[in-house]
Amino acid sequence: MTNSVSNSATDAKDSSPPLSRFLARFLKQKAAPSGSYYGEPGAGDSRLIAIVTVACIIGLWTFVTEAGLIKPLFLPSPLDVIARIGDLFQDGFSGATLTQHMAASFGRIFGSFFLACITGIPLGIAIGCSRVVRGIFDPIIEFYRPLPPLAYLPLVIIWMGIDESSKIMLIYLAMLSPIVISTRAGVGAVRIEQIQVAYSMGANSWQVVSQIITRGALPDILTGMRIAIGFGWTTLVAAEMVAAERGIGFMVLNASEFLVTDVVIAGILIIGVIAFGFDMLMRYLETKFVPWKGKN
Amino acid sequence: MNRLQIHDVSVVYPAAQGGAPVTALSDVKLTINQGDLVVALGASGCGKTTLLNLIAGFISPTDGYLTLGDSNIPGYPRVSLGRDIGDEVTGPGADRGVVFQKHALLPWLNVIENTEFGLKLQGVDKEKRRARAAEFLKLVGLEDFHNHKTYQLSGGMQQRVGIARALTNDPQMLLLDEPLGALDALTRESLQELLLDVWNETNKMMFFITHSVDEALLLATRLIVMSPRPGRITHEFELDFNRQFLQCRDARKVKANPEFIAMKEKVLEIIHGDEEATEND
Ligand SMILES: Nc1ncnc2c1ncn2[C@@H]1O[C@H](COP(=O)(O)OP(=O)(O)OP(=O)(O)O)[C@@H](O)[C@H]1O
Ligand SMILES: [Mg+2]
Repeated sequence: MTNSVSNSATDAKDSSPPLSRFLARFLKQKAAPSGSYYGEPGAGDSRLIAIVTVACIIGLWTFVTEAGLIKPLFLPSPLDVIARIGDLFQDGFSGATLTQHMAASFGRIFGSFFLACITGIPLGIAIGCSRVVRGIFDPIIEFYRPLPPLAYLPLVIIWMGIDESSKIMLIYLAMLSPIVISTRAGVGAVRIEQIQVAYSMGANSWQVVSQIITRGALPDILTGMRIAIGFGWTTLVAAEMVAAERGIGFMVLNASEFLVTDVVIAGILIIGVIAFGFDMLMRYLETKFVPWKGKN
Repeated sequence: MNRLQIHDVSVVYPAAQGGAPVTALSDVKLTINQGDLVVALGASGCGKTTLLNLIAGFISPTDGYLTLGDSNIPGYPRVSLGRDIGDEVTGPGADRGVVFQKHALLPWLNVIENTEFGLKLQGVDKEKRRARAAEFLKLVGLEDFHNHKTYQLSGGMQQRVGIARALTNDPQMLLLDEPLGALDALTRESLQELLLDVWNETNKMMFFITHSVDEALLLATRLIVMSPRPGRITHEFELDFNRQFLQCRDARKVKANPEFIAMKEKVLEIIHGDEEATEND
C-alpha cells in the first residue's frame, strides 16, 4: 500500500513535461544566503544591473545618433552634447556662462530649501504636538499641498512681482508641504514609552519636545527633506519661466525656443546629475544621523 | 518614611465608538510603604497597567486621589488631605521611575547617555552624572557596554539599561510594567535576582506587574490579585519567599517549597476563576 503510493508519486514527477520541470527549477524557492532574510522582497544587490542598463542606454543613444538614424535636431549625439557642455562653461548661452546659470539655480533651490527647513520643521513639530496649531494649519496645508505650483504661479507673481523673491517663494511653497507633512508624521511615530519615561525622569514639556520628539522624528524629517529637494527641481523650471535672466531651467527653455537641442539635453543632464548627487548625499546623511532606522 | 496612598480611586475610560464606557478600576484602595515590593497579578484587562499609569501620574483618576510623600519630614502634611501624608499625585515626576516592557530606550543615544539621561534633564553636571550612571551600569553588569548603541544590545541587556536608567535617577519608587515579559526564562531569572538585590539594598518602594505567578511569588512582599469588570483588588497576600530567595539564592529550591506550591495553587485558582467568569459574561 505504502509502496504503491510512493511509486505513483515518483511516476507523476517523471511524467511531467520537461518544460514545466525546467520552469519549476527556476521558480523553486531557495534558502537565502546568510546575512539576508528568507522571503525579503527584492533581496540582493542591483547596482551592477543598474550600471549595465545605463551603459546600454548611452551605447544605443551613441549608435543611433552617430549612425545618422536620427537627425541632431531631434536627438544630438552624446559626444556633441558633451562638447556643448564644454562650450557652455566657456562661452555660455543666452547671456551667461553655464557656471553662472548653475549658480543662479543653486541659489534659488538651496535658498528656498533653507527657508523651507527652518520654517517647515518647527511647524511640523508644532502641528504634531499641539492641537491648536494643528487646527490652524491643517486646513491650509491640506488645501494647498495637492495644488500644482504652476496653478498658483500667477498669483505669486501678482503678489510678489517678477523678481527673485517670487521664484524663491514658488520653490519654497513646493518644498514646504512635504517637509511639514513628513515632520508631523515623524512626531506621530515617536514611541509613547520614550515620552512617558522622559516625563518620569523629570523632563518638562519643552525638554520632551526638543530632546525626545525632535530626535525621534529625525528619520521622517530627513525623508521629507529628500522629497522636498526633488520637488524643488521640478518647480525650478516653472519658476525660471518668468522673467529670469539666468538659471538652468531658463537656459533649457530658452534653448528650446531656438531649437538648440544639444543645450536642452545638456541642461536636462546637468539637472539630473545634480539632483541625483544630492539625493545620494541625503541618503548618506540618513545612514549617518539615523543609523537606528528600521532596527529595533 | 515614604508612602504612597491610593484613596478609593476609580478610573472610567470614555466610551469608544458604539461601546459603553469601560470602568477599568473601581474603588481601589492601596497603601505602599517604604520597602514594600508590591506585585500585581491578574487576568489580562483587569486594570494593572491603568493602576500603574495612575501612580506614575500619566492618567488622572475619575474619582478619588493619590498621595505620595515622606512622613518623617517635619511640617507634613504639606497638603491638607485629612490624615494623609505627603503631596497629591497630579502628574509624572522624577520621584517615580518607570520601566516598560520594551521600546523605552532612546536609540540615538548610547548606553551610558541613556542611563544618565534623567540627570542630564535635571541639569546635573556631566562628570557627576557619568559617574553615577557608570555605577548603576556596573550594578546591572553592563560596565563594558557604555558606548554601545541600544539597538546593538540583546533584549535582556536593553532591559538592564532601562533598570539602570531608572535607578540612576534615584526615585522614591520604581514602577515596572511587565519589565521581564519579553525575555527568555534564563535572562528573566537573572534579572529577577538583580531586581531583588536592588530592592534589598535601596529599600525603595516598588510596584511590579507580571503575568507569571512564579515571578510574583518569588519577588513580592505583598501580592495583590486583581479581577476585571470592574477592575478591582480582590485579594492581598503578605509573602516572604523573596527573603528565602535572598538567603539561599536558589530559585528552584524556593519554588519547590510546599508553601510556595500551595500558594501558587491558591493564586492560580483565583485567577482562573476570574477568567471563567469573564468568559461567561
Ligand atoms: N486608553 C484606553 N481607552 C479605553 N479603554 C482602555 C484604555 N486603556 C485600557 N482600557 C481598558 O481598560 C481595561 C484595563 O486595561 P489595562 O491596560 O489596565 O489592563 P491590564 O491589566 O494592564 O491588561 P494586560 O495584562 O493585558 O496588560 C481594559 O478593559 C481595557 O480595554
Ligand atoms: Mg498591561
